[in-house]
Amino acid sequence: MALLELRNITRRFGALEAVKDVSLAIEAGEFFTLLGPSGCGKTTILRMIAGFDAPDAGDILLDGASLSGVPPEKRPLHTVFQSYALFPHMTVAGNLAFPLEMAGVGRAEIARRVGEMLALVHLEDKADRYPHELSGGQKQRVALARGLINRPRLLLLDEPLGALDAKLRLEMQGDLIRLQREVGITFVFVTHAQQEALALSHRIAVMRAGRIEQCATPDVLYTQPANRFVADFIGRINLIEAEVIALTPEGARLRSATLGELLVAPPPACALGDRGAFALRPERVCIAAPGESVELDQRYAGRIRSALYVGETTLYQIALESGQIIEALEANTSPGRARRYEAGDPVIIGWAKEAGVFLHDES
Amino acid sequence: MTKAERAMRWFVTLPPAAFLLVFFLAPALIVVVASFREPGEFGGLAPFTQPTVEAYAFLLGDLVYAEIFARSFFVATLTTLICLALAYPLAWLIAQSPKKRRDLLVLLVILPFASNFLVRIYAWIILLGPLNLLYTPIAVVLGMVYVHLPFMILPLYANLEKHDAALLEAAQDLGASAWTRFWRVTFPLSLPGIFSGSALVFIPVLGMFAVPELLGGTGDILIGNLIKEQFLDNRDWPLGSALSILLTVLVLALAGVAAWAARRGIKGAEALT
Ligand SMILES: Nc1ncnc2c1ncn2[C@@H]1O[C@H](COP(=O)(O)OP(=O)(O)OP(=O)(O)O)[C@@H](O)[C@H]1O
Ligand SMILES: [Mg+2]
Repeated sequence: MALLELRNITRRFGALEAVKDVSLAIEAGEFFTLLGPSGCGKTTILRMIAGFDAPDAGDILLDGASLSGVPPEKRPLHTVFQSYALFPHMTVAGNLAFPLEMAGVGRAEIARRVGEMLALVHLEDKADRYPHELSGGQKQRVALARGLINRPRLLLLDEPLGALDAKLRLEMQGDLIRLQREVGITFVFVTHAQQEALALSHRIAVMRAGRIEQCATPDVLYTQPANRFVADFIGRINLIEAEVIALTPEGARLRSATLGELLVAPPPACALGDRGAFALRPERVCIAAPGESVELDQRYAGRIRSALYVGETTLYQIALESGQIIEALEANTSPGRARRYEAGDPVIIGWAKEAGVFLHDES
Repeated sequence: MTKAERAMRWFVTLPPAAFLLVFFLAPALIVVVASFREPGEFGGLAPFTQPTVEAYAFLLGDLVYAEIFARSFFVATLTTLICLALAYPLAWLIAQSPKKRRDLLVLLVILPFASNFLVRIYAWIILLGPLNLLYTPIAVVLGMVYVHLPFMILPLYANLEKHDAALLEAAQDLGASAWTRFWRVTFPLSLPGIFSGSALVFIPVLGMFAVPELLGGTGDILIGNLIKEQFLDNRDWPLGSALSILLTVLVLALAGVAAWAARRGIKGAEALT
């Protein structure tokens, strides 16, 4: 049985359906992420799980028992708020002791567990500081520690890294993974940063406008997106309009106005005549100088339109003769020059038939 | 700080500093000096010969004065507590109401100031007469509470309005009941508001003479009446001055203790103000 189950949850604010018929099952010990653009209903779902809001339809179950009617203070789960919501009039130790005091834990035990938790988040020397005396990253760790200290069944985190700068964010991502694996508590994490979701999660539910578009592990989401929205939202991708013209055991043959005929293998779940998009990740595209010999299923001649150098990689935009623009990503592994091609250089690009997928449009 | 900034700072602070010096510090010093002199035959002060502590000796020698001081501090404390009990829920309700309605409610709180103070006290005479409460200590406290309530509501509201609702949600999320949420979060964070409201009620009540004079009986006079009497009726300026000095010293001592307690009690709350 799943630890937390959402069954056909719907939440309306006036005419707006903020959450539409969402069903989810989250297993114990999982790092589960709700990912989606701003306003898609992530916070609303989290607030319903925490008990600050109630669904208009559907049910939320914890260990198989409905949470409906259970007030937030009685739910065995805690929230880490985006604003941290640390109590400004209590020290770090006081903040950490609060949930234990609420649970009626004895004084000696509180002191012991607070010490233990402070060590876990590397804040031993900050026990007597007040929140306004801490840096953003330290506050964030206190908030996390306060949520974890009396070992809830579930920890809900609403964009906990949103207020941190990029470098600290990366560092905290590492801390989050370490903490979650160490304490073994189930995390439900909310973010609109896809990179963060991929890096942290066991599973991710991608949301759009109140609905779940796809719920899968990070690598499945990345390599087998369910539709254009997911493909486009997670990472960079080339999306090219195409139609299925033949289905054979070794693959599907597509026709595109700009790429001509191309083969996709293994055959996707689609029918003859289906329209949709051929989706191709930039890092799966190979670039070669004209004349260089390359063994590829698809080959096109084109010109470098622009090159975006970002350090470890360079993102090229290549204009094909048909006018189609294809993005290709190359790792900068060769010593010396930062990039192999300059804008205007003629090149040959291509990819293997397994490199792309076909995403047929929903009818 | 650049030269221009420094000049600007002087330019801005000089007028209020000069004003305070002339109209606040100087009179205060005159009162101090007056308290060490002898009364003139028909009021005012006698020609100066040498400083005397006669006024203070007289004050401390008669228990009546101690009694009036004690009664005044009691009335001030009681008024402050009643104001606090009435103002807290009111301020909280205003702070909780939708933003658009808040300004209107605050306006209602200060609306009484739009009409004359004495007129409003006379209105209370009309109200209390039929209830047989006129000229009793109860009438005095009622009047005091009525006059000073806005001074408690406003600082409390200003404080409560700034509270972050997320803190209460966090407390609830971590297992706190409504009662615990109030005592562990809302109340400690509102202490700065409670302290400033209490000071704004307590201190003026001590000096207020109109309310006891109009609503109280002969036995209900407070320090304010006593001081007023010395200047206007008894024409004993040194005694009036000594009473004022004593009151000021006591209030300052009390404020010092309160500030010290506040600093210890609400260390983290400074983040809020
Ligand atoms: N209390 C409310 N009253 C009315 N509308 C609301 C309320 N709460 C949320 N909404 C609306 O519901 C939708 C989903 O909001 P929600 O806060 O869940 O989005 P989100 O995915 O968390 O976005 P973000 O990434 O910006 O935090 C939004 O359109 C929002 O305006
Ligand atoms: Mg949100």
